[in-house]
Amino acid sequence: MNSPVSTLHGGHGGHEHGHDAGANTVLGFWIYLMSDCLIFAILFATFGVLSTSYAGGPSGRELFDLPYVAGETLLLLVSSFTFGVAMLSMQARRTDNVIILLLVTFLLGTGFIWMEVHEFAHLIAEGAGPDRSAFLSAYFVLVGTHGLHVTVGLLWLAVMMHQIARYGLDGIVRRRLSCLSLFWHFLDLVWICVFTFVYLRGVL
Amino acid sequence: MLGKLTLDAIPWHEPIIMGTGAVVALGGAAMLAALTWFRLWGPLWKNWITSVDHKKIGVMYIVLALVMLLRGFADAIMMRGQQALAANDGAGFLPPHHYDQIFTAHGVIMIFFVATPFVLGLMNVIVPLQIGARDVAYPFVNSLSFWLSAFGAVLVMASMWIGDFAATGWVAYPPLSELGYSPTVGMDYYIWSLQISGLGTTLTGINFIVTILRMRAPGMGLMKMPVFTWTALITNILIVAVFPVLTATLALLTADRYLGMHFFTNELGGNAMMYINLIWVWGHPEVYILILPAFGAFSEIIATFSGKPLFGYKSMVYATSSIGVLSFFVWLHHFFTMGSGANVNAFFGIMTSIISIPTGVKLFNWLFTMFRGRIRYHSSVLWTVGFMVTFAVGGMTGVLLAVPGADFVLHNSLFLVAHFHNVIIGGVIFGCLAGMSFWFPKVFGFTLNEFWGKVAFWCWLVGYWLAFTPLYILGFKGMTRRMNHYDHPDWHPYLIVALVGAVIIGMGILAIGIQLYVSIRDRDQNRDLTGDPWDARSLEWATASPAPFYNFAVLPEITSLEQHWDDKEHGRHFVQPTRYEDIHMPKNTGTGFIISAFGFVMCFALVWHMWAIAAAGLLGVIGTFLFRAYDRDVDYWVPAAEVQAIERRRTDMIRKAA
Repeated sequence: MNSPVSTLHGGHGGHEHGHDAGANTVLGFWIYLMSDCLIFAILFATFGVLSTSYAGGPSGRELFDLPYVAGETLLLLVSSFTFGVAMLSMQARRTDNVIILLLVTFLLGTGFIWMEVHEFAHLIAEGAGPDRSAFLSAYFVLVGTHGLHVTVGLLWLAVMMHQIARYGLDGIVRRRLSCLSLFWHFLDLVWICVFTFVYLRGVL
Repeated sequence: MLGKLTLDAIPWHEPIIMGTGAVVALGGAAMLAALTWFRLWGPLWKNWITSVDHKKIGVMYIVLALVMLLRGFADAIMMRGQQALAANDGAGFLPPHHYDQIFTAHGVIMIFFVATPFVLGLMNVIVPLQIGARDVAYPFVNSLSFWLSAFGAVLVMASMWIGDFAATGWVAYPPLSELGYSPTVGMDYYIWSLQISGLGTTLTGINFIVTILRMRAPGMGLMKMPVFTWTALITNILIVAVFPVLTATLALLTADRYLGMHFFTNELGGNAMMYINLIWVWGHPEVYILILPAFGAFSEIIATFSGKPLFGYKSMVYATSSIGVLSFFVWLHHFFTMGSGANVNAFFGIMTSIISIPTGVKLFNWLFTMFRGRIRYHSSVLWTVGFMVTFAVGGMTGVLLAVPGADFVLHNSLFLVAHFHNVIIGGVIFGCLAGMSFWFPKVFGFTLNEFWGKVAFWCWLVGYWLAFTPLYILGFKGMTRRMNHYDHPDWHPYLIVALVGAVIIGMGILAIGIQLYVSIRDRDQNRDLTGDPWDARSLEWATASPAPFYNFAVLPEITSLEQHWDDKEHGRHFVQPTRYEDIHMPKNTGTGFIISAFGFVMCFALVWHMWAIAAAGLLGVIGTFLFRAYDRDVDYWVPAAEVQAIERRRTDMIRKAA
């Protein structure tokens, strides 16, 4: 049910304070993203400390396949672009376009996750699993945490596509899409750092 | 299916644990029976468990803290008893492995499940009222936060009877906390209970930052916020900045223990010192997370009962903020002996000394607030004065420990133990108890019994000094912390004095229980009809006691720092508006409770390696969350007529009081 109240005030944050509850939610989500960013900061710092603790095992130079990772990166970057276009369509209230673009984003994200799982499986099969050395532990946890976030993002995308179909682009759905878009672009940004500090620096 | 869990997990052969278990089981059964007999399940679910009202959530946080205080204190008195007995030939009554679990549980419980919920509870009750808001920014998330913390506490309690608890000390340094040295589930209980309650704390942090930044009454600029709200703001910023660090650090330890990784192990390139750095990057700001709201409570109390505005409001704000910043530059003083070198140690030693300066500023502000004031010695003022004396000593021993050279001698000694109890009991606990007696009428509509409040204060103050002064001396004598047994006869008398002190603190806790009982019994004599029993100064006292669920019928316009006091001065208080409007409020929801319950199932299953059940718990969390995402009926309007009726009753009460 889509009562005028929830459209006006946007769900459970509704308080007539002269502030828009939707804006409150986006601010809160920003702060959440910053806290999440700190989790990644810790994982990057840990990776930095352990980046040469090979313990006689393989190093990044021997393991990483840069063209493959560049492919992953491309998928994720393009998915960020399609999400951006989806948000523009949302502003223009073109419901069908939004769903189609989100579907494309979803497929690109799924492709990224599929490639990452494949990469991990390959490494483990080679005997370079996370229990081989501290370097590999740090690598798997950093990249895997990012992958876990993308997976959650995919679930969220699926739910949002359904909610758009069900409720249309009302206030709550738009607010949630804004948060999801922030989340998706944030993950893209984290991936740029992963690509630079883990893969490029590992290979160079 | 059940992973590592078998009937052997229950410590049948430990009489202390099984005895406690029997008492808890009987008490629990009696409580459940009473709830059923008096048909209270419905009201409990409707009015409390599903409540998103910040005042009720705050009360539940404080109840959680007080209940867990009993457990934490039971651990404390057992340690004091053990050390009073286990001199020379005496073995005491606690075998080493049990003793290790007790000192670990004591630390974990007192920090995570007593001090933290108490502070969060006070913030929940007071902050929205002080800023003239109807609730917090995300009422549902607030309920979720509380229940996550509560189920974290349940997980710690469960570890007592099902399996064991960590025996590593409260910050669980590796490699001791790694699988090789702590193979039992105790360490896993530690990890998952902190993860689940830590998630709740992070969410609270986000919630309150947005609440304070975006939901203040019109006209309340940042520099017109009451000091308690300021300290709450800084505390919540610290929470959001450091609890993710704790989450990440414990996740890495989990990866070591569950997936055979090598972050902090001794083998294959692991680095245990990294854990110790990371845990204190969280741990040091954490102590300021706890103490800052206590400072805020003392500030409100001392201004109210001195009948004067707080001295140096601006310097108080700047001192609070600079403590918040500086708290990130001192973590290494927890391990000067690690061997970072003289320059690194010197930097952190100097930063640690510097952080005492804003704290000193605050102390002088409180003293100058009292200076030439008409001081009324309410029990909350006794707590405040007791705090100022006690905390000053704790601060000074802290500055002493900040000198790396001195720290090499005192590291891990009882001097350190005395120091941090000095600041945590003398600061956080005194502050929370002061805040409780100060703000109690705002929530329940009647004041607490003063006689028993004062008894509690004197027991705590005397008990604290008797229990911990000997530990300072023992630290100088070279006694290290966490000893199960010792062979120095000259330590023995001090430890007996310390036990006496702990018993007196126990009497203080008992006095708080009696105070609550007597106050509830005599509530009709102690009703607060005006909503302002202490002739106080800030906005929360402008509304009724107990505050109506919507807090303010008409949102106040803020023109001054001490709005309520100024309104009283100009005869503007208690003015009834001519017209009321509909009020928009969030609906109660059980979703927060259910998500947390599934989270608890997942964590308990992970502790015992019951993978299928853990997956089911996770699916439950996600499913309930999705259910919430499709629930669009989350708010309602209170009709103006109903608001008017509630406010009329209040006007009648004020007339009766006058």
